[in-house]
Amino acid sequence: MAKPVTMPQLGESVTEGTITRWLKAEGDEVEIDEPLAEVDTDKVNAELPSPVAGKIEKFLVSEGSTVDVGTEIALVAAEGDSAAVDAPPRENVADPAPTEEFPASDTEAQPVAGEESPAARTSRSDGNGRGDVEDAETLRLTRSSPVVRRLAEEHGVEIAEIPGTGTGGRVTRKDIEGYIEELEEREEYAPGLQEEREAFAEPEPEIERVPVYEGDRVEDLTGIRRAIANRMSASKREAPHAWTMVEVDVSGLVALREREKTAFVEREGVKLTYLPFIVKAVVESLKENPVLNSVWDGDRIILRKRINVGVAVDLEDALIVPVITDADELNVLGLARKIEDLVRRARARNLGTEDVSGGTFTVNNPGSLGSVVSTPIINHPQAAILSAEAIVKRPVVIEDAIAVRSMMNLEVSFDHRVLDGGAALKFLNAVKSRLEACGPESSIG
Amino acid sequence: MATKNLLQAIHEGLAEEMRSDESVMVLGEDVGRAGGVFRVTQGLQEEFGAARVMDTPLAESLIVGSAIGLSVNGMRPVAEIQFADFIPPAFDQIVNEAAKFHYRSNGDWNCPITIRAPYGVVPGGALYHSQSVEAWFCNTPGLKVVAPTFPGDAKAMIKSSIRDPNPVLFLEHKRTYRLIKEEVPDGDHEVPLGEARVHREGADITVVAYGLMLYMALEVAEKLSEEHGIETEVVEPRTLYPLNKEKILASAKKTGKVVVISEANLTGSVSGEIAAIVAREAFEWLDGPVMRLGAPDVPAAAFAKPMMEHFLPSAEKIEEAMLELARY
Repeated sequence: MAKPVTMPQLGESVTEGTITRWLKAEGDEVEIDEPLAEVDTDKVNAELPSPVAGKIEKFLVSEGSTVDVGTEIALVAAEGDSAAVDAPPRENVADPAPTEEFPASDTEAQPVAGEESPAARTSRSDGNGRGDVEDAETLRLTRSSPVVRRLAEEHGVEIAEIPGTGTGGRVTRKDIEGYIEELEEREEYAPGLQEEREAFAEPEPEIERVPVYEGDRVEDLTGIRRAIANRMSASKREAPHAWTMVEVDVSGLVALREREKTAFVEREGVKLTYLPFIVKAVVESLKENPVLNSVWDGDRIILRKRINVGVAVDLEDALIVPVITDADELNVLGLARKIEDLVRRARARNLGTEDVSGGTFTVNNPGSLGSVVSTPIINHPQAAILSAEAIVKRPVVIEDAIAVRSMMNLEVSFDHRVLDGGAALKFLNAVKSRLEACGPESSIG
Repeated sequence: MATKNLLQAIHEGLAEEMRSDESVMVLGEDVGRAGGVFRVTQGLQEEFGAARVMDTPLAESLIVGSAIGLSVNGMRPVAEIQFADFIPPAFDQIVNEAAKFHYRSNGDWNCPITIRAPYGVVPGGALYHSQSVEAWFCNTPGLKVVAPTFPGDAKAMIKSSIRDPNPVLFLEHKRTYRLIKEEVPDGDHEVPLGEARVHREGADITVVAYGLMLYMALEVAEKLSEEHGIETEVVEPRTLYPLNKEKILASAKKTGKVVVISEANLTGSVSGEIAAIVAREAFEWLDGPVMRLGAPDVPAAAFAKPMMEHFLPSAEKIEEAMLELARY
């Protein structure tokens, strides 16, 4: 019997995935865990390992299609089950007795005592004995009734998942209404989940189109583009953004890096950039200002204990934010290694779900692209995001004298529901003093 | 307000209309001196005279044909067909003449006649005194077919029928003549033609029924409520043509489960029309097959009582169907 392969859940708030490419053809043999398809989701692009071994009987979803998690995408005939290849993937097609057809010549148009019910009679006369048309009993279980199908579609539930109390275990309208009510009650007690679902919800179907002129190119959204669009819109819609900036004199840090960078790359095999220094200063300052490492939760604020810092990585056509989990446990070297690894894998589009989830604060690094001022959008539902800008030499007044110093702008966008400018600047100044404290003689620890 | 049965209510409606409008008159077999076989017109000839309460020969075509002629000359005749089974000789007059008068004259002429006809199975009625003939007429545009079951509705609707500017076939179920009694308001109270009535509200299943079957369905509905907690919504079309689709559909959408019950032959019946409307227009709300109960396709209820009982949807069969639908 052919086994269905379903779209797996590639991340906790991922609800759908796009089959970008089948890596096998129909009729191919596949081993357990052998890559079956490339799947593009909101969060990651991944290869889908086959959960079963056998012969691929049929792809149920074409390349480029986006389907919900749990949708059957392929049928694989288990090894040693050659007969299954041409049989319909259905187990209990009843074998209707051909003599039970309701005779047309009989005009007795209503059931009488002792006779079977009209519904039972229909259930047999609908089957044609060849097994390629589902009989009423099977249909009653899988398709139930128009109203049940409509409700199932409206609420995105599978009829087969619902316990039925109707004829032959059929799901009645009351069954599905009760089930949906239960689901909704459960969701009410898990507002975080609800919020994430909303953030990932498909955009409204009503789209006001802009005019398209000759020569314009229309590009469909990739999963990542759509996820970015949804998350950014949700963040701007949800969180009242406030923004503030400080100037940081990083001349000492520049000198330190200049002194250390050659030896560092030779010794550690990793390039020494400014980012690990910035992340380290951020992490230490987050410990002193935990409100920056928090989440807005409807009617309360959750201050996260763990410090997982997301680092924005530009991929030219997209932006992805891999997460340094427990960043407070790493020194500059550890951070440099971790960042190098994440950036490399992000560019190779080889990040796993665990690499992009669980962030509590985000560091944005537009300075690497030459930016000197930016107003980042918070990685909702986190409370704040920090931007580190390009280090540029500028004339600066120091004790009434003009000096040329290496300067960097540091900004924070924060959710004004969670904290105010005072707390944001306390944090920003803490980062600033840590970075300014670095000198050519500092040790890299 | 007094308690009246269906016969008394129709009598009262007729008499009141005749008192208030001199053009209203009655004609038919034995309606005058004898006062009608069911005594609906008893006393009317004494009160209004033989010209307005006219005995006719045994000729249905003549009864309806005369009524048409009288109506286009300013009268509002109420023609009685003694039993609906005898209506076929008048079929041409009703369907080709009365129903099309207004249309054929491009709206210049109206044909305000009412044709009363007792229908339905009664013990011993057999071939000539049992039939439900409504389906013959319910695909004739220009004609209205009404079949009220409760005395109050019947009194109000006989008045609405008489006042209607075009022909109305007014069907009375013989078994309900003395079966149902209720308080009937004195004088005028409005029940317009074309309006269904919800007798009983319920969220689980809908029964659409008329005549004796309505009465039985209401009793079964109470039983199912008491014994099984199943709440049935019972809708009576009251007017069979044209149907009050909105009210029927509203109930179908509410419960998602509909059974239509009448004692007419099932094939080609008004029940079939109701079921088709529900299947098409309430499809997305349906939670079970649209069911029908009716008489089998045999010529008429038998004279022999056991066979007659077999012919009709019984309370047991109605209960079985309603339970099956509720549990579907």
